[in-house]
Amino acid sequence: MRLQLSPELEAFREEMRTFFTTQVPQEIRDHVAAHRELDKEDYVRAQQVLNAAGLAVPHWPVEWGGRDWTPLQRHIWREEMQLACVPEPLAFNASMIGPVLAAFGSQEQKERFLPKTANLDIWWCQGFSEPDAGSDLASLRTTAVRDGDDWVVNGQKTWTTLGQHADWIFCLVRTDPTAEKKQRGISMLVFPMDSPGVTLRPIELIDGGFEVNEVFFEDVRVPAENLVGEENRGWDYAKFLLGNERVGIARIGATKRLLVQAKEHARAITVDGRSLLDDPFMAARIAELENELVALELTALRVVADSAGGKQNPASSVLKLRGSELQQAATELVVDIAGPLSLASFADEGSDVPDWARAATPHYLNYRKVSIYGGSNEVQRTIIAGSILGL
Amino acid sequence: MNFDYDSEQNDLREAVRGLLARAYADSEQRRAVVGADPGYDEKTWARLAEMGLLGLPFAEEDGGMGAGPIEVAIVAEEIGRVLAPEPFIETVVLAGGLVAAVGTAEQKGEILAGISEGTTLAVFAHAEPRARWTPSAEAVTATQRGDGWTLTGVKEPVPSGARADVLVVSAVLAEDGAPARTGLFLVQGDATGLTRTGYRTHDGTRAANVRFDGTPAQQLGGNGSPTHPDRTAAVERALAEARIAYGHEAIGAMDTALRTTAEYLKTRKQFGVTLNKFQALTFRAADMYVSLELARSTALWASMVTDAGGDVVSAAERARLQVSRAGRHIGKEAIQLHGGIGVTAEYSVGHYTSRLTAIDHVLGDGDWALGRLAAKVDSYETVDPLGAPYA
Repeated sequence: MRLQLSPELEAFREEMRTFFTTQVPQEIRDHVAAHRELDKEDYVRAQQVLNAAGLAVPHWPVEWGGRDWTPLQRHIWREEMQLACVPEPLAFNASMIGPVLAAFGSQEQKERFLPKTANLDIWWCQGFSEPDAGSDLASLRTTAVRDGDDWVVNGQKTWTTLGQHADWIFCLVRTDPTAEKKQRGISMLVFPMDSPGVTLRPIELIDGGFEVNEVFFEDVRVPAENLVGEENRGWDYAKFLLGNERVGIARIGATKRLLVQAKEHARAITVDGRSLLDDPFMAARIAELENELVALELTALRVVADSAGGKQNPASSVLKLRGSELQQAATELVVDIAGPLSLASFADEGSDVPDWARAATPHYLNYRKVSIYGGSNEVQRTIIAGSILGL
Repeated sequence: MNFDYDSEQNDLREAVRGLLARAYADSEQRRAVVGADPGYDEKTWARLAEMGLLGLPFAEEDGGMGAGPIEVAIVAEEIGRVLAPEPFIETVVLAGGLVAAVGTAEQKGEILAGISEGTTLAVFAHAEPRARWTPSAEAVTATQRGDGWTLTGVKEPVPSGARADVLVVSAVLAEDGAPARTGLFLVQGDATGLTRTGYRTHDGTRAANVRFDGTPAQQLGGNGSPTHPDRTAAVERALAEARIAYGHEAIGAMDTALRTTAEYLKTRKQFGVTLNKFQALTFRAADMYVSLELARSTALWASMVTDAGGDVVSAAERARLQVSRAGRHIGKEAIQLHGGIGVTAEYSVGHYTSRLTAIDHVLGDGDWALGRLAAKVDSYETVDPLGAPYA
C-alpha cells in the first residue's frame, strides 16, 4: 500500500494540468465553468487542440492515436481535464464508436473513420434508445432489411444527444426478427445523418435547452459496407461500448470543481451580517458532500489502480451510481445557495443576479439525467445485487 | 499509489483470520465467551500474543514487531469480521500507543513488553461521565505529592477497566494559576484508593466505573522540559489512530453483516419464493454494498495517511464520518432485511449491529466528525486525498 503518486505520475499530473490550463482556449473553459451551453465550434476547437497534442483519444489502440496509458494515468488525465473545465472529447466519438470501430471495424472502416473521429471532423451521434426500448435496450424495434447491396432502415430512435450537430450516426437495428433471443438479432450500422429519409426533431428539456432529439428513419438506404463487424453481433458491440470507461462516468473532477464554486458562491452571500459559508448548517452540508466525494474518489482510485492487473474490481459498479448521485447533490446545493436568486434563471443581460445563480436551477434540472443515462441507477443496483451479491 | 496488501500483509491477514475463525467459529462461541468475565477469551488473547499481534506496532527494542498502521488495520478488520471481543485496539493502539508515544525508555520497556507478551492488560482511562469526546481530561485531577502524584475523580466508561492490570489515565494538572493542562499517568490495578466497578456493555464487551481517591500514580513520560507537559496533542493523536483502527474493525463487521444478509435473502422463503426475488429487498442490499465500499476506501486511505506521516487527525475525522454513516446504514438494514430473527440474541446479525453502534459512539460519532470538518471547510479550496496535508 502506498498513498503517494510515484514521481513519474506526479510529473504526469503536472504535465496534464499545465496543458489543460494553458493550451485550451480560456473562453471555452470559462463557458464550461459557468455551465453555459457550448456551441458546436467550441467542442470542435477544444477537441482539436487535445487531438493535436495526442490527448483526445489516449485509450484507443496506439496505431490510431492511443497512448498505451495505465488506467490510473487515464483517470488522472480525465480528472485534470474536468478540474480545468476543459470540455471532454465528445463521448460519442472518443468513448463509444471509436473504440468499437478500432476493435471490431474493418480495416477500411478504421482508415476511413478513426482519424476523423479522433479529430471531431466527423461528429457522431448515438442511435440506441427507442420510445419502447430504454433500460430494456434489447427490445428495440428499428429494422434494417437487406435489399441488394443496401440495408433499408425504418423506425425511430430517441434521446439522441446533440444529434442536431451530428454528421453520422451509429445505430442499433434489428436485422433478424426471428432470432430466438432478442439480443441475437441486432446489428450495428453507421450512416450519414443527411441520408435521404432521416429526419430529426429536437426535444426541449425542462431546463429550456435542446440537447436531445428524436430521429426518424423512413426507408433510409445504407450501403452494406457500413455494417460494423458481423451481422447480428450488434449487441456484443453495444455491451463493449457501454462497458467502456465505466470509471469516467463518475465525473469526480467535475463535481469537485462544482463544490469549489459552491463555496465561492456561499462566501459571496451575506445572511444576518455573515457569510453563508459561516452558517454551521451550510458548512456541514458542504463538508459532508466533500467527504462523500473523497470516499468516491478513493474508490475510483482503488478501482483504477487495481484494474491495472486485468480483472475489473467489483467496486467499479459503485462509481456510476454514486458519481451520479453526488453530481446531482452538488447541483442541488448550488440552487439552495442561490436561494431566491435561482428564480432569475431565464433573466437576460439586464438582470443583476449573477450568472452562476441564473444557471443554477437549469443545471440542477438538467442533471436529473445523470442518474438515468448510461444505465439508470436502478440498473446499477440490479448489477450490484446480481453480479456482486449473488442475489 | 496503490491499495494492495503486499505478500507479507496478505499472509498476516490469513494467519489472523485463521486464528480467529477457530476461536469464534460461530456466534454461539462468542456468546459463551462474552457471557462470562472478563468478556474475552484469555486463551485467544495468549494466542494473539504468541503470533506477535499484541506488540505489532511497537518498536522491536520495546519487545514489539515494528510493524505499521496497515498491519494494525488488517488485525482490526479481522477482529470485526467475527466480532472477537478481545480488547486489541483498547490495549495495543490506545494504551500501548500512548506509552510508546510519551513513555520513558523504562516505562516502554516494562509496559510494552508486557502488552506484547500478553501478560499486561493496559487500557486507557479517559472518558468521564460529564464529558464527550474531548482530547483533554476534565474532572479527574492530578496533584503532585513529593516525588509522586495522586489522582482524584471518576473515569467512566473505561473499556475493560475492571480487568486491566495497568491504567493509562488522563488527568488535569492542577496547579494554582496555571491554565488547565492534561497530563498522562500510570496507575497499577492494585493501587490503594482505586475502586473499580465493572459491567457488561450492550455489545458484549466490558467497561467499568473507575474511581480514584488520592490514588498514587506515576507520570507517563519523564520530567523533561517543561516538567509536566500538556499531553492533549498526544491524546488527540492516539484517539485519531484508534478511530481509524475502529474504522477497520467496523469494516470487518459490516462485511460480515452484509454477507450474512445476502445469504439470508437467498435462502429464506416467504410467499413461496426466496426473498431475493423481491427487488425492494435486493436494491437495499445493493445500497449496503455501496456504503461498505465507500467506507472501506476511506478507512484504507486513513491508514495510508498515517503510514505516510500525513495529517492523521483530519484523516481520522474523514474516516470516522464515512464509517459512521455506513455502520448505521448497514447495521439497521441488516436487521430489517432479516426480519424478527435479526433482533434476537440467538442469531448473529443483531450482535453486529450492536457492536457497530458501540464503535460509533466510543470515540466520536459521525456528526461529531462532521462538526469538526465543517469548522474547517472555509480554510481550503478543495480536498485532494493524495496531496497536502495528507500525503
